[in-house]
Amino acid sequence: MEKIIEFCSKTVVLAVNDIDTDQIIPARYLTVTTKDGLGDGLFADWRFDESGNKLEEFPLNNDKSLGCSILVAGSNFGCGSSREHAPWALVDYGFKAILSTSFADIFKNNALKNGLLPLSVSTDFHRMLNENEGIEVTISLETMIIESSNGMTESFDLEPFSRYCLMNGVDQLGFIMKHEDQINAFENKG
Amino acid sequence: MNNSGKTLFEKVWDDHLVLQETKDTPAILYIDLHLIHEVTTPQAFQSLRDQGLSVRDPSKVLATMDHSTPTLPVKSLKDLDIVAEKGPADQIRDMIRNCDEFGIELHGFDSDKRGIVHVIGPELGATQPGKTIVCGDSHTSTHGAFGALAFGIGTTEVGHVLASQCLLQRKPRTLAVNMTGTLRSGVSAKDIILRIIQEIGVDGGVGHVIEYRGPTASMLSLEERMTICNMSIEAGARAGMFAPDDKTFNYLIDKPMSPKGLGWDKAIDKWSELVSDDNCKFDKEVTIDVDHLSPMVTYGTNPGMAIQIDDIVPESNSDLGHKKSLNYMQIESGRPLLGKEIDVVFIGSCTNSRISDLEDAAEILKGQKVANGIRVLVVPGSQAVKKEAESLGLDKIFESAGAEWRESGCSMCLGMNGDTVGNGQLAVSTSNRNFEGRQGKGARTILASPKTAAASAIAGSVEDPRKYS
Ligand code: SF4
Repeated sequence: MEKIIEFCSKTVVLAVNDIDTDQIIPARYLTVTTKDGLGDGLFADWRFDESGNKLEEFPLNNDKSLGCSILVAGSNFGCGSSREHAPWALVDYGFKAILSTSFADIFKNNALKNGLLPLSVSTDFHRMLNENEGIEVTISLETMIIESSNGMTESFDLEPFSRYCLMNGVDQLGFIMKHEDQINAFENKG
Repeated sequence: MNNSGKTLFEKVWDDHLVLQETKDTPAILYIDLHLIHEVTTPQAFQSLRDQGLSVRDPSKVLATMDHSTPTLPVKSLKDLDIVAEKGPADQIRDMIRNCDEFGIELHGFDSDKRGIVHVIGPELGATQPGKTIVCGDSHTSTHGAFGALAFGIGTTEVGHVLASQCLLQRKPRTLAVNMTGTLRSGVSAKDIILRIIQEIGVDGGVGHVIEYRGPTASMLSLEERMTICNMSIEAGARAGMFAPDDKTFNYLIDKPMSPKGLGWDKAIDKWSELVSDDNCKFDKEVTIDVDHLSPMVTYGTNPGMAIQIDDIVPESNSDLGHKKSLNYMQIESGRPLLGKEIDVVFIGSCTNSRISDLEDAAEILKGQKVANGIRVLVVPGSQAVKKEAESLGLDKIFESAGAEWRESGCSMCLGMNGDTVGNGQLAVSTSNRNFEGRQGKGARTILASPKTAAASAIAGSVEDPRKYS
């Protein structure tokens, strides 16, 4: 996995609460056995009409969103199904962070294992992001601060172990495997 | 007062700690039972292959196929290409290959134990009080009905559990949902959980494990407890639990994987301790009275957007989502849902596809006819449920009413296997999610109990089941 320390991008805003993982990637895209190409199905039913034409009004179809790697979304982002295809699709499409006021537990867990940052911000900062679509922000895992180009800053919390793994580009399984003796002991205690 | 007692959740959690959590690192939690299915495992098996890892303990893995699996009969794998599309067929073949390669017993097409993961776990007695249970599926919360700590995980974590039988976890907080009152006739467990979600919201349980308790809890059957625990995730909760009691033990006593002989007596002793101590403390508590509850139906695009069937759809508030949702559903606020014409009825899913659910529906459909032009699909939760239903003649009741009777699987709950609600069609469904397009592209879903679904099938519109009871 790539190390993540700091990055900067313009934002694209999806001002909807409770975006569930069925919207992020509809079930019909789940009949795959790899992670490749899932970005094609990202928000498929919001991005395209019946015949597969882009729906102009959908924010991701706006030219201004090209190259944006930070998505601003409403509260309780990623609720519903546990499908990890949701973060895979977001990453495959090019997103590196989602900024919201809150996230569903399983989505947050899944995202962090795929180098996608699910960051909760205050309602004030969230409002500013919503009112300034496209504003450039810099996210630093080092300082745990988000800085927007209008000078506003916001600090965020991140589970320390996930942060360590992201900053060092290491997989979480390694930590469990290092404790094999304890796992054996647990099993033997019956 | 001494607040040092433990909750049910804390007892199960503490009992499975391989390593305590610290500020810097999460806990390592031992997993007793890992349920797997064809949709959320292929990439996990591939990652084991890539890293040269094996499955630590195949005997702790229960494997089946349900999500993208056809509900039309598949006698041999050759049939698969006729009844399934290429994607699902490839996925099923991949599952067979993976289980074979990693030495895991798979309940596939030739097994009479096949079914929806969350239906077969309890049915086989693999689900037991005090166990930690995970699955790459959010409705793993179902198994909490037995006093297990059961929750959904992602595919990366499926790989972790396969390789190590362990999971990294931060300790969740606890939420007590106290239920009081007695259900009236025509009202079901499904109505209770929809009422709870309406009350606490679709994010009301985030970060928490719910314990359902109070006087009503002990009155509910295990099937009813499963329906309630199943939809805990719809309130955002990590898991839902009921303390095990005599009903739990009676349910499990003759199940194939339940402990036998002396082992059973020992198990009962251990399981009986799995109750929250009187002096324990929950992080949050709510009370829900079910005494005057009517059947519930949803009107929007998340399970919290629900009303009692005799109420009207609430006016749009300032929330953008409410308006967007009603637009999608083509449902107007200020009016009742009762009497709204529908196109499809789905009776099935891990929420409501057990034998008691099918009996509820059959009781109403017996001697009746499905309204003209309405498609009704009844999909049992497992092959065992199917067999039992057929031995009780329920299949005949459904078929003579004009419903389709299928093999077991997830089916129209998520529409991956070809069973879908058509674009723009309105369905009354006993499943758990009314998200946009959940049951097929453009499909609109009203969640309800099996009784309400059956009554609506006869009426051809949203109908109050109390009319038939
Ligand atoms: S029936 Fe529906 S909710 Fe249950 S496991 Fe299958 S797809 Fe998931």
